[in-house]
Amino acid sequence: MYVAVKGGEKAIDNAHCLMAEERRGDTNIPEMTVSQILQQMRLAVDRVMSEGSLYDPALAALAIKQSRGDLVEAVFLLRAYRTTLPRFGISNPIDTSAMHVRRRISATFKDIPGGQILGPTFDYTHRLLDFTLAAESEPRPVQTDIPDEAPMPRVMDILSAEGLLEQKETDGEANVGDITRDPVTFPAERDIRLQNLARGDEGFLLALGYSSQRGFGDSHPFAGEIRMGDVAVSMTPEELGFEIEIGDITISECEMVTSFTGSKTELPKFTRGYGLSFGYCERKVMAMALVDRSLQTRELGGDIVAPSQDEEFVLSHSDNVEAQGFVQHLKLPHYVDFQADLIMMRSMREEILKQTKADKKEAA
Amino acid sequence: MQENALNTVTPGLKNPAQDNQRIFRAILLTMSRPGTVTVLGNWAEPPTALYPATAAVCLTLADMDTPLWIGKNGPQDVQTYLRFHCGSPMVRKQEKASFAVILDGTDLPDLTLFNQGDLEYPDRSATVIIQVKTIEVGRGVKLTGPGIKNEMQIEVGGLHPDFWQDFRQNNQNFPLGLDVILATPTEIVSLPRTVQVEV
Amino acid sequence: MNFIEGAPCRAADATHIQSTQEDEYNFGYLDEQTKRMIRRAILKAIAIPGYQVPFAGREMPMPYGWGTGGIQLSASVLGSDDIFKVIDQGADDTTNAVSIRKFFARVTNVNTTERTEEASVIQTRHRIPEIPLSDDQIMIYQVPIPEPLRWVEARESETRKMHALEEYGVMHVQLYEDIARHGRIATNFMYPVKVNDRYIMSPSPIPKFDNPKLHMSPALHIFGAGREKRIYAVPPYTIVKSLDFEDHPFEVESWDNCCGLCGAKDSYLDEVILNNEGERMFVCSDTDYCTHRREQGHLGPMAAREDIAELKGERA
Repeated sequence: MYVAVKGGEKAIDNAHCLMAEERRGDTNIPEMTVSQILQQMRLAVDRVMSEGSLYDPALAALAIKQSRGDLVEAVFLLRAYRTTLPRFGISNPIDTSAMHVRRRISATFKDIPGGQILGPTFDYTHRLLDFTLAAESEPRPVQTDIPDEAPMPRVMDILSAEGLLEQKETDGEANVGDITRDPVTFPAERDIRLQNLARGDEGFLLALGYSSQRGFGDSHPFAGEIRMGDVAVSMTPEELGFEIEIGDITISECEMVTSFTGSKTELPKFTRGYGLSFGYCERKVMAMALVDRSLQTRELGGDIVAPSQDEEFVLSHSDNVEAQGFVQHLKLPHYVDFQADLIMMRSMREEILKQTKADKKEAA
Repeated sequence: MQENALNTVTPGLKNPAQDNQRIFRAILLTMSRPGTVTVLGNWAEPPTALYPATAAVCLTLADMDTPLWIGKNGPQDVQTYLRFHCGSPMVRKQEKASFAVILDGTDLPDLTLFNQGDLEYPDRSATVIIQVKTIEVGRGVKLTGPGIKNEMQIEVGGLHPDFWQDFRQNNQNFPLGLDVILATPTEIVSLPRTVQVEV
Repeated sequence: MNFIEGAPCRAADATHIQSTQEDEYNFGYLDEQTKRMIRRAILKAIAIPGYQVPFAGREMPMPYGWGTGGIQLSASVLGSDDIFKVIDQGADDTTNAVSIRKFFARVTNVNTTERTEEASVIQTRHRIPEIPLSDDQIMIYQVPIPEPLRWVEARESETRKMHALEEYGVMHVQLYEDIARHGRIATNFMYPVKVNDRYIMSPSPIPKFDNPKLHMSPALHIFGAGREKRIYAVPPYTIVKSLDFEDHPFEVESWDNCCGLCGAKDSYLDEVILNNEGERMFVCSDTDYCTHRREQGHLGPMAAREDIAELKGERA
């Protein structure tokens, strides 16, 4: 029997009811609260905030609940909400050297001023399923020195002081672009690229960064520093004329360093790739830093030979809200266009068959 | 911004969301059907030198992202009004403006100094609003081009006679060029760059 | 519904969430500044017919690819005086059309209709209605890929130059290769057109059957690509020519059948498979056109059949 695509309204309402029912699952099991997600699924919350481009842990947790744990869907929910928010102003640049550090490691030096701080990390866990988590349990108390409250200079700044590092772009006065306000045009400057990558899909960046390590692109990076912790956000309202702190956010930051053997005009030096995210998204910022470095190929006078170096390719396909929408739009009816192809296909076949028949006859 | 200056600013739109929509549709109508006149008289209460129709167009289209030019001799109260209600930065150089308001159509600046757009981005050109005395339909210059079924005729009072020659040149630079909105105190008519003029 | 432009600041716990209700959304969903930006882009698009104006497309509450470009245009154009029609594949009652119509009824209180002649604004995906449009109407198209040259050149930086310099040779070469290989141009929808003798434009994925309706149309046609962040337009009474060659002139689809329900021979027909035996029928893709014809007493060869009641979709 013909399955109607008509009667849409009722079908949609029903789909929403079914969805709500499945979301809740077995009602004998207590419903999960947004606060539980906020507390216990924090890395999911952080990813959703980062790619959703909105620092609001509670709304991100709500989005995760609503999306049944589908994080790309949750990112989408947060983005759609973000669009409707008015803009009160633009914050001052955050100072990550003033970060209240919870984790900080450098792979380029054995020890660094302020020390290596392992912090909460999966790194040295043995990936053995912990069956004690299946039952409710209290974590063991932590035995650790409380990290130094003094500001921790970035490792890269130490290299930079020696002149070994490309100079930072310190055009603090220049306006920073915003891809949510102006469409991306090519070639894209680094501020635009970094914003795009910061909002970009972790999986996509992970794969691209990985490809750049495997020889698709010429990149041999070191993890100069990875840090995670809390920084203050401040702004200077025009009517006040002085800086006020508006809150703290947790961020992850990664600086990769890559040797650059120089060109006709440039001495050999280290170049850097940068990654930053809301919350604790370490894998994301590392991948972002790799891709950021790859995308500097054009400015460094290199040939664009690998996908991770191709800014139009990377920036146009990094956004998972865009990508998931367009891939999934193929679910929508396309029968009008399909009909057009069907007509052509049939008439082409008919013509060819007729011709073959005629040819055969002639040959006979 | 000084408080006493703000106290003297006359009102903008009463219901921004709905008013903006209605005004936009009127502008849309004139831009897509050049030579068609629509009435925009009752929306804003600007200072005398700025026509209510001009003010309505500015309030609906201009904001902090669109630099505005009103010429060297733009009265202070007009500047304050537009800065306050639109939030647009006022620019002195013609080429920097997204929108320009020419308060007196008989006293035109060199229109070619406004941003004409570039071949890759012709949309970046300026939109120029020129205040004139009268617009009459059915006689005067002949207009043809996209948006016009056969031809339209308009006669504009209070507009420098060189304008039409300049606008012909503007059309010849397509896809570059300015888009013009002529405004009487209460009406507007639009001349996108596609309009061909026969005097 | 309140029309608040601001919203309260957020604390970092879950307690504030309850205060965030949908009545905080602005008229037409988008904030005024976003609408202004889109409106400016629409006006420039009209002034440069067929040229794609970049705009800072916003995330909408529906997925990219599902009409966010068209929805942003409608949100910026629609007012409470409008009568709004939404079609997808020519039909008013496909799920996506229903969903979009519902959204606008909610955020603008706009009146909706299924009758083409009654509508002042028509948002569409993949079709232009069969009934000729009028001077008072605005067509809004949902566009997935706005760039007509995308299939010959993937890079935006290159296609932009080609449009700037009017270098459209590759497009003609590609079409001609089709002819050399298949004896015809093998493009059946999204068939490129030249607008006002200057820009090559994609008419969105409408079947080429609909292309001639754009030429010298009394209505204004605006196209929105949300994901690709482009807006373009065909003003009323504008020359729109489908690309072709002297020895291979542009042709539209035709059917041997008529509409099984209303008997129309002049409308775009969808093929419907009726059962597992592969029995099929042809029906108008424009559901309003078909219903209207049947109301006027036109009946097709299968109109009397009872097992296709759902297809007939009598108007409520």
